[in-house]
Amino acid sequence: MSLFLDPYGSSFYDFLAGRRPEPLPQAPPIGSQPTPSGAPGPAGLLAVPHGTTVLAVRYQDGVLMAGDRQATEGFQVAGRRIDKVFKTDEHSAVAIAGAAGPALELARLFQIELEHYEKLEGEMLSCEGKANKLAQMVRGNLPMAFQGLVVIPLFAGYDLKRREGRIFKYDVTGGRYEETEYYSTGSGGKDARDTMKQLYRRGLTETQVLRIALEALYNAAEEDVGTGGPDLVRGIYPTVKVITEKGVRDLDESKVAETCNALIGERREKV
Amino acid sequence: MALPYYVSPEQMMADKAEYAKKGIAKGRSIVAMECADGVLLVADNPSASLHKISEMYDRIAFSGAGKYNEFEMLRKAGIRHADLKGYTYSREDVTARSLANAYSQSIGSIFSVEPKPLEVELLVVEVGQGNKPNEIYRISYDGSIIDEKGVAAIGGKADALLTFLKARWAAPTISLREALRLSLESLDTVTNQKLGSEGLEVAVLDRTRTGRTFRRIGSSEIKALVA
Repeated sequence: MSLFLDPYGSSFYDFLAGRRPEPLPQAPPIGSQPTPSGAPGPAGLLAVPHGTTVLAVRYQDGVLMAGDRQATEGFQVAGRRIDKVFKTDEHSAVAIAGAAGPALELARLFQIELEHYEKLEGEMLSCEGKANKLAQMVRGNLPMAFQGLVVIPLFAGYDLKRREGRIFKYDVTGGRYEETEYYSTGSGGKDARDTMKQLYRRGLTETQVLRIALEALYNAAEEDVGTGGPDLVRGIYPTVKVITEKGVRDLDESKVAETCNALIGERREKV
Repeated sequence: MALPYYVSPEQMMADKAEYAKKGIAKGRSIVAMECADGVLLVADNPSASLHKISEMYDRIAFSGAGKYNEFEMLRKAGIRHADLKGYTYSREDVTARSLANAYSQSIGSIFSVEPKPLEVELLVVEVGQGNKPNEIYRISYDGSIIDEKGVAAIGGKADALLTFLKARWAAPTISLREALRLSLESLDTVTNQKLGSEGLEVAVLDRTRTGRTFRRIGSSEIKALVA
């Protein structure tokens, strides 16, 4: 069929995957990992930096996405200032948790993928289309996930047709599940979800949703050793982005800092 | 045993060139012009969905005249080239010069090897960052490449357009509005008809924008600018 003459279609990811030599990350053969302990399997994997807690919450204008700033390598802090929330195009963003190297690569490749499609086709992918493409890319990482390099993204987009924000979560096999209210993933994900479960309600304003997101991250940092809290000494606060009809916007760092400080002040009064 | 006919290389190239020129001469024209806001591209194109002008990368645009299926194939290949280079190295390493060279190589080798040459002419345009100058490359059906300054034109009426524009275009400091008016005037004069805003495809590489600088100018905005 002539339409299939062009083997790559409009996907940059498929174009890369179809080229030789393969530029995409490849998993080493199973059993070939360095095993300092002498034991085979994941126990012998090299420690690599991991991104920890990220979350997304729907509110009246769209979706808010936030992530802590720490990268953790075993029991060590590998980075204090890393960003885990990325704008991927005018109306979507991805937050990543898991092995930092492949996760950052996935986010970068996904950004290029969306832009590439838009340039070739002359129009943007639909929100659903973006979520499905990301699922295929996560599935492509499955061989690496089996060897311990798990990457779990969280996708949030503003659906211009439905005129609402949407959240998608993934599993390592590329399973794609839509969440209607909020979700959080990463090592502190459960703690963040517990907090959001208590505080979430429909039709939140931007100020309210920011407060809930920061409170969820704060609780995750308190309960999970991998997640970093606000660093008051260095002035490092969580990354926060909002995805609305007008596009993706970084929330003012001063506003995030102010809300964090108010939150910490209230906690201090309680103890 | 029948001997194959002998055709001299000169004759063969001349025939191919004539064939390609004929094909391009049937196509409509496109104008590129430097202005204060960046680089303006204006195409005589009655279709609102089949584009002749396209975004290629952050500061690079592409435009093709001649046979649609051929320049569309080249456009896609160029976007892949640019995105692959930006992914492998960095976004700032993607340049119009490298793209124009790649086009020149491919089109040139098709011209000399394949029985049928490509009936296309291309413009690859890059808007400079900060004080850096703009770059406009014109690539012909035989792979020859010309580094144009200020104004450029491709398509059936390219030579007439270029003569018209070279006499009137003053300096890259003209405003977007003036550049658009001059482009329209040139297309109207050369084609001997009044092209309305619906019959035009207009885009600009906007120097003032950061990141992706390519912006299409729709028919209502064209009307407002020309009015």
